[in-house]
Amino acid sequence: MANIAMTPEQQSIHHPSGLTLFLRYMRRNKGLALGVLILLALTLFTVIGLVVVNPKHAYPLSAPLKLPPSLRYPLGTDFFGRNLLAAMVVGMWQTALIGLLAGGIGTLVGVLLGFTSAYFGGWVDSAIRTACQILTPIPVLLIQVVVAGSLDKRDVTIFTMALIVAMLAWMGPTLVIRAQVMTMKERQFVSVAKLSGMGDFSIIFKEILPNLLPFIAAAFVGQVFAAVFASFYLAVLGLGPLREPLLGNIIWAAQSQGAFFNGWWWWPLEPAFAMILILGALALVNMGLDELANPRIRRSE
Amino acid sequence: MTFKIVIKRLLFFVLVVWAASTIVFFIPRLSSRNAIRERFGELARTGGFSPADIEKLIASMQQQFGLDKPLLEQYWQYLGNITRLDFGYSLSRYPTTATEVIAQSLPWTIGLLLVTTVLSFVIGTLLGAVAAWPKSPGWLRSMATPFILLTGVPPVIMGILLLFFIGFRLKWLPLGGAYSVGVVPTWSWTFFFDLMQHQILPALALILGSVGGWVLSMRGMGITIQGEDYVNFAEHKGLTGGRIFRDYYLRNALLPQVTGLALALGTVVTSAVIVEGLFGLPGIGTALNLAIRANDFPVIYGIVIFITIAIAALMTILEFVYPLLDPRIREN
Repeated sequence: MANIAMTPEQQSIHHPSGLTLFLRYMRRNKGLALGVLILLALTLFTVIGLVVVNPKHAYPLSAPLKLPPSLRYPLGTDFFGRNLLAAMVVGMWQTALIGLLAGGIGTLVGVLLGFTSAYFGGWVDSAIRTACQILTPIPVLLIQVVVAGSLDKRDVTIFTMALIVAMLAWMGPTLVIRAQVMTMKERQFVSVAKLSGMGDFSIIFKEILPNLLPFIAAAFVGQVFAAVFASFYLAVLGLGPLREPLLGNIIWAAQSQGAFFNGWWWWPLEPAFAMILILGALALVNMGLDELANPRIRRSE
Repeated sequence: MTFKIVIKRLLFFVLVVWAASTIVFFIPRLSSRNAIRERFGELARTGGFSPADIEKLIASMQQQFGLDKPLLEQYWQYLGNITRLDFGYSLSRYPTTATEVIAQSLPWTIGLLLVTTVLSFVIGTLLGAVAAWPKSPGWLRSMATPFILLTGVPPVIMGILLLFFIGFRLKWLPLGGAYSVGVVPTWSWTFFFDLMQHQILPALALILGSVGGWVLSMRGMGITIQGEDYVNFAEHKGLTGGRIFRDYYLRNALLPQVTGLALALGTVVTSAVIVEGLFGLPGIGTALNLAIRANDFPVIYGIVIFITIAIAALMTILEFVYPLLDPRIREN
């Protein structure tokens, strides 16, 4: 019987390529697939838009005022004379920029602190953990309001927005990564690596980090979601860079000009729908990745 | 519960409030912006004061707010003020203090928050439990799906959509404000109905925006619990489905849900604050909106610290409630 396994035919087993495996997984994890599809569509919209539309038309006084959607202005124009199609394109791009920047910084800090905390333990661990626990109940948005409000209006740009959002966004990933490293530290492959004389750093980078990638990816998407959400809220409160056509800024402007009372319904609705697509897609991807990272919450059906 | 744990929890509460207050104290002092100078700069532009007088005024105001003292002394005084909930005078409504501004708007926010949080928590938890329970009828299980789809929609956007479709298009409910323009607040049913009409849309926005989260977490918990030994044991004992659902399944899945509530308080409160601002309800949210527009820093900082205190206090209370729900914690 053992010889059968050695026959040449057995070697020509068809190995599915990485892409087919990916597509097969996507068919099982429908939420993830839908989220990725929406994100791709939004990226396509933004990229094509940046090529086709003149980004200057996203700024005030570049178009006639208060026109409802028409052939010439497919999404209409607003009270300040922005072409809202151009504003959507630029706003989407800026939202993505803030989300990726703030999410990236938050995740990076979280991974570094989480690793340090779990791997070295002792007083380092308790200091980092206590700091996270004390900072977590403080409503982040309100602290961000204080930071954004203390800045000179001219200093508020897309990049300061991203920094403000990232500053208080590292606690979540720190705790998640810390918990994962703690369990991984006790696993056999780490003990084997230690016994075989590997150094701390090569254990971290060669043994633990690769196993953590799904968690880090999930944490990153979660951070991007939180960052987009937070910067949107700040902008809705009028604390964003006021000249920029950030989606939240458009809603703030529409709200302060009484857009619904005056019948300019398209003005606040368009950024609202764009935001639903962005946040909905990110939430779907986030849930999908959670399922990938934590087999325990994989669907039971 | 032992005395030691109580002390530990209370200490944690104090630490959270101290951390928030310290951040709020130091951040504005790191920036180059000077609220008093900006305020008087505005006055000077409109009023025609001479520049020398303005400088004198600024100096005397700085003295009155204690900004000429050394930083450490200011910090101590500030911490002392916070223990007395004294956040100083409002800059834009001068004789009123920030605490008075908060106290005036607080009842509105508490009313809205209490109703929406309790409703969305209860509805979401029950729907999530039903969605994960294999024996529940199909139509009940499918009811959870639309709410899960709404998870990604922030309450503010839900508010804008409701404003458009129900307020603006169908004209069923008012577009904002606390009560109709021209109505005088009185203790009558007509005024009460008018008031409630204005609360429906903001409440709906908050509930629809947050139910999905509770459904999701409860469904996740429910799925893990079904495989547990005690659920199998209850089935083999021949208990009825309803009994197992209530006492074995729901009871155990509920505990993490309460922890989730404690952790979500920050998001819940900030969402309510922003939705209030959107609908122009006279709560903390609108007070914060107005304060931001008027650069009224004492009110902004007061609101931030006050909300942090409230959230930390609620979390501490929930921590004390937890052992009542979970006998395992009570035993230890």
